[in-house]
Amino acid sequence: MSFLEMFDVLNERLIEEGEDPIAFDHDCREGICGACSMVIDGKPHGPWAQNTTCQLHMRAFQDGDTIIVEPWRAKAFPVVKDLMVDRSAFDRVIQAGGYISVNTGNPADANAIPIDKKSADDAFAAAACIGCGACVAACKNSSAMLFAGAKVSQLALLPQGDPERKTRVIEMVAQMDKEGFGSCTATGACEATCPKGISITNIARLNKEYMRAILSSEEA
Amino acid sequence: MQYDHIIITTFYSMAFDSKVPKGPLENKWTEYKDHCKLVNPANKRKLEIIVIGTGLAGASAAASLGEMGYKVKSFCFQDSPRRAHSIAAQGGINAAKNYQNDGDSVFRLFYDTLKGGDYRSRDSNVYRLAEVSANIIDQCVAQGVPFAREYGGLLSNRSFGGVQVQRTFYAAGQTGQQLLLGAYSALERQVALGNVQVYDRHEMQEVVHIDGKARGIIARNMMTGELERHFGYAVLICSGGYGNVYFLSTNAMGSNVTAAWKAHKQGAYFANPCMTQIHPTCIPVTGDHQSKLTLMSESLRNDGRIWVPKQKDDKRKANQIPEQERDYYLERRYPAFGNLVPRDVASRAAKERCDAGYGVGTTKQAVYLDFTEAINRYGKIECGKHGIDNPSAEIIRHHGLEVVKEKYGNLFDMYEKITGENPYEVPMRIYPAIHYTMGGLWVDYELMTSVQGLYCLGEANYSDHGANRLGASALMQGLADGYFVIPYTLGNYLAGEIYHKPISTDHEAFATAEKQVAQRIAKLMGIKGKHSVDHFHKRLGKIMWEYCGMARNEAGLKQAIQEIRELRAEFWQDLRIPGSDKEYNPELDKAGRVADFLELGELMCLDALDRAESCGGHFREESQTPEGEALRNDEKFMYVSAWEFKSVGEWELHKEPLIFEKIQPTQRNYK
Repeated sequence: MSFLEMFDVLNERLIEEGEDPIAFDHDCREGICGACSMVIDGKPHGPWAQNTTCQLHMRAFQDGDTIIVEPWRAKAFPVVKDLMVDRSAFDRVIQAGGYISVNTGNPADANAIPIDKKSADDAFAAAACIGCGACVAACKNSSAMLFAGAKVSQLALLPQGDPERKTRVIEMVAQMDKEGFGSCTATGACEATCPKGISITNIARLNKEYMRAILSSEEA
Repeated sequence: MQYDHIIITTFYSMAFDSKVPKGPLENKWTEYKDHCKLVNPANKRKLEIIVIGTGLAGASAAASLGEMGYKVKSFCFQDSPRRAHSIAAQGGINAAKNYQNDGDSVFRLFYDTLKGGDYRSRDSNVYRLAEVSANIIDQCVAQGVPFAREYGGLLSNRSFGGVQVQRTFYAAGQTGQQLLLGAYSALERQVALGNVQVYDRHEMQEVVHIDGKARGIIARNMMTGELERHFGYAVLICSGGYGNVYFLSTNAMGSNVTAAWKAHKQGAYFANPCMTQIHPTCIPVTGDHQSKLTLMSESLRNDGRIWVPKQKDDKRKANQIPEQERDYYLERRYPAFGNLVPRDVASRAAKERCDAGYGVGTTKQAVYLDFTEAINRYGKIECGKHGIDNPSAEIIRHHGLEVVKEKYGNLFDMYEKITGENPYEVPMRIYPAIHYTMGGLWVDYELMTSVQGLYCLGEANYSDHGANRLGASALMQGLADGYFVIPYTLGNYLAGEIYHKPISTDHEAFATAEKQVAQRIAKLMGIKGKHSVDHFHKRLGKIMWEYCGMARNEAGLKQAIQEIRELRAEFWQDLRIPGSDKEYNPELDKAGRVADFLELGELMCLDALDRAESCGGHFREESQTPEGEALRNDEKFMYVSAWEFKSVGEWELHKEPLIFEKIQPTQRNYK
């Protein structure tokens, strides 16, 4: 039985007993949509490494264990109800520049831009972020640097992202500050918690991009 | 039986116009684009469009329409548009690029898709899909979607079921995620530019009709329970498939038919509802508390070999069964396509072996998917590349494992987390599960439903996959509809609408629709029975899987209709929803969806009953070849069934005849 199926059983029982069920976010239940978000025994997404809450199974626990479950805790993620939080701050960070400005139309042939395999693989590894927010929940400063770093890195590693690389990193960092995410003090808790194993080197790359942007751009 | 009193009225006619352009198949779309009406930029700014759903179809449509200058309102029930269930698609996306020089072409992609669908889709739509497929890859690469690449820097391809070329583009086992994030970024860019407004945690509850045209919706804010009125010059339903009618499926927990169903009840025909896809490679059901099934990507069939023991009820572990005592039944039955036969064929073959007593695992409802040979083969190639002479078995295995890990690592990890078994060491156990629905709202060539101004895109429509969808074609269709079809076809309609002023949401039609929604919610809340929504949903799922699953027959379908009607009555008498409707109430949300599934399930069985032939994923036991393959009946059933809603439990059947211009339908053969 999975951890969330345990919640299903609990809620089913609460409903039949006339009580209110516990509200929690979940959807795909296969570790990719990023909806589920529980701090389990003090760890975002629970005890298993590189795992989401929905992919945690009850065999991770012993019979009779007391399990403490809490919502994500961060100023930028206000609690909505029970175990649910509002993560729309992440959408606004993406709105600030997490894209390549290309309209639907007639772009060049896909193979017209060869990209070396390593850059492509590194960009993919950064792009694997599911936007769950565990990095923020794990960070003592509630910093969103791993989330933003992953997107900045993906687009900085690809030639398509080059024209906007300066404005992108500056705007996204500004938006993070505005949303109330904290600063990064490089404790590495985010990387250790990330269900997709997003590397902290993406934060280093964001910092490099940021320095490059403010040192070389007059607009900044 | 109650069912016998129902008379299905049928019309075999062109009562509804599918608006397919004249001229040869390969010129239709070009002709259409050259002559469709356009809306000038100043007018686009004045036109509000409503898009329901933010998966590949919805996000790509909303983003593209926003870029064009329309004012778009985009709705999703998730907390962010990025979480729509397209995110979970694993394997890849097809495109007729012929980068591999293996003879691919637009015609071949068209032909494979039509044949794969067992000749039950409209050829003009499928041809257009194949035509725009190459643009999709270009568009996604331009957005920064990190597809897999070769060392030379060019894009990599792999094979999928039902085809003999390599035309599938992929990003590890997370292709859907990468494509959706591409569309999502384009969408968020339009939000930042003020062209699109996103309403997350909102669910569409009703379509508003004014003078025979769709002019808006009633949406419910799921956090506050407030009902909202939204006006739009057109409404696009991009809400995905209805696989969750089976309760257990590979769909996300929230995936539902509600938006499409409300549209159906307001006049949009529902086409081919019985056509559902059962995916052959899913992790088998293990217990009563299971909430969903997990897919193992079809891409695994590139390298994995499927087998069961030759001996019935073999109790030995997989690794203890010697090679000569294994039955690689797909390779045995279908030597030409082997493990890469289409999904419907592979699923039925697994069921046949398990029903005959050769299944494996504790439930005996599973077959093996084995990578031993692939690990060995890749290991030898790698050793050759690294110049290792006479490598030991251990070294070969080491290098082979690395290759398999790079190709499928995330899938293997997912398997291990769920089952607790290491698939690098022991073969995976797999079994078919509900995965996709080919049926959906009927649409014409322009993707408009039978209601003016109401469109349907992606999995929610029936348009391109006929009776069976080929792997890696869902992502292609979702993005084709959203990026490359609707931007043209919607303009053709809206060009005539600029003469109408926007309608105030104080209009009587909005008030009436809102009142209906409020009454339905009050009715659900007022039942105050004993059982939870899941209690009824699970029972519905069992009926559907038993009688309208991998094999169907007349008696079973009639039985199912009877049982669904009884269950529906019970639902409306004995459901319990705790809490209030003025707050976040997931039980109420689920109840509304299951109420719709309880009506849809009946229609699916009715459609399956009407179609007394086997085709693609729809297997009627009464209609099979001596070898047990699906047997079509083209004389009687060469049509798309389009059901018109009359009242709950009562429909009228319209038939759109299928005429194939360029190809002659044949019995599908993958041997």
